[in-house]
Amino acid sequence: MPQKKTDDRRLGIKGWALGGRWGFERYMYTVHRITGIGLVVYFLLHILVTSTRAFGGQHVWESLMGTLSSGVFKIGEFLVFAGFAIHGLNGIRLILIELGFATGKAIEPEYPYQTSVDKQRPIAIVAAAAAAVIILFGGYNIFLAH
Amino acid sequence: MADTRKIPFTILRFNPETDTKHRFDTFIVDVLPGMTVLEGLHQIKARHDATLAWRYSCRMGVCGSCGMLINGRATLACNTQILDVSPIAIAIAPLPNFPIIKDLVPDLDSMFQKHREIKPWIIRENSIEQNTAKGEFYQSPEQLVEYLQFSYCIKCGCCMAACPTMATDAQYLGPQPLAQAYRYEADSRDQGFNARKPVLDRDSGLFSCHYGSECSVVCPKGVDPAKAIQLMKRRMLLDLFHLYRKKNAELCPDQGKPSAQDGS
Ligand code: SF4
Ligand code: SF4
Ligand code: FES
Repeated sequence: MPQKKTDDRRLGIKGWALGGRWGFERYMYTVHRITGIGLVVYFLLHILVTSTRAFGGQHVWESLMGTLSSGVFKIGEFLVFAGFAIHGLNGIRLILIELGFATGKAIEPEYPYQTSVDKQRPIAIVAAAAAAVIILFGGYNIFLAH
Repeated sequence: MADTRKIPFTILRFNPETDTKHRFDTFIVDVLPGMTVLEGLHQIKARHDATLAWRYSCRMGVCGSCGMLINGRATLACNTQILDVSPIAIAIAPLPNFPIIKDLVPDLDSMFQKHREIKPWIIRENSIEQNTAKGEFYQSPEQLVEYLQFSYCIKCGCCMAACPTMATDAQYLGPQPLAQAYRYEADSRDQGFNARKPVLDRDSGLFSCHYGSECSVVCPKGVDPAKAIQLMKRRMLLDLFHLYRKKNAELCPDQGKPSAQDGS
């Protein structure tokens, strides 16, 4: 008998972007995960920063705030804002899908097959477009407006 | 022949008896319009390399044996025409997310094991009524459509190979078994919700699907596993709030009901 299982081809993290048709929903899946991880990291940093006020006093807090309002942190602020917009709006889409509101009912499949992916596509497009508009507004507010 | 094109097939090769790593071999295939990837593989075996291994049986998209990765997409070799994929070059690898037995033959054991775990059969609370039924369980055409689509699964594994969650989580049940869980749950004759719940509700179970929806795009039978999974989630969430009710099929009255000695 030949020995099996010497070349396990699990795609690993590559599989989030590769391994298929590079479809819109797959990108949303990947972006949703990345923004989710980003927001958790931000949240931890946020707690760390705000706790300096309690532990370091007003002086430390104010100098820290001064540093954080400089250019490079503005980019960070923008990225957090963009991540929040994408994760939030795509999250609403996913909730609708997972509650079975956006995928349609079971049908008799006829070739060429119509799938739930086509059914929920308008919601995916609306979620992505709304996120883009909010990100543009946020970018204007963070970088250009005072 | 005038219509023949010469198209290179680059194929992943791996022999567990002799190789420690896979390699790629390229063969030139004479392609005629309408020729399938499976026919191309037969030509390579006949003309170039008799040791090339892949799995097939029905040649008509029924048996689910010939799932492979063709130009980056998991699909059936017998159901895919070469010129529909590319008139220039074809690259073939075994389905990812499964170990290789040899060349293009994936080891689908893990999928079958998970499929077994979700109890893919009709479960009745009253096993005597089920095993020695004295009649038929009435089912309307509408009730049939509720699960028919999902019953077309041929266990080819294409959805498992395309799923991004499968790529990073070896324990994840995956689209094929999860869709089959809903296939039975949606069947009005089935009463197995509570029996399947612990399997579906575990870590790396139903709720590890985040609707990448690749499974539904690649499925060659229109099973739409992503839809089945979301509809199953809906039922599980309703159950969490004690709102889930299912109208079960009854034994057809004119065929007689099980008698008291049957334990009903
Ligand atoms: S759901 Fe579709 S892709 Fe997945 S195993 Fe069944 S037939 Fe193949
Ligand atoms: S919808 Fe769920 S099961 Fe299907 S590919 Fe995406 S994560 Fe995998
Ligand atoms: S050979 Fe049976 S599905 Fe392709």
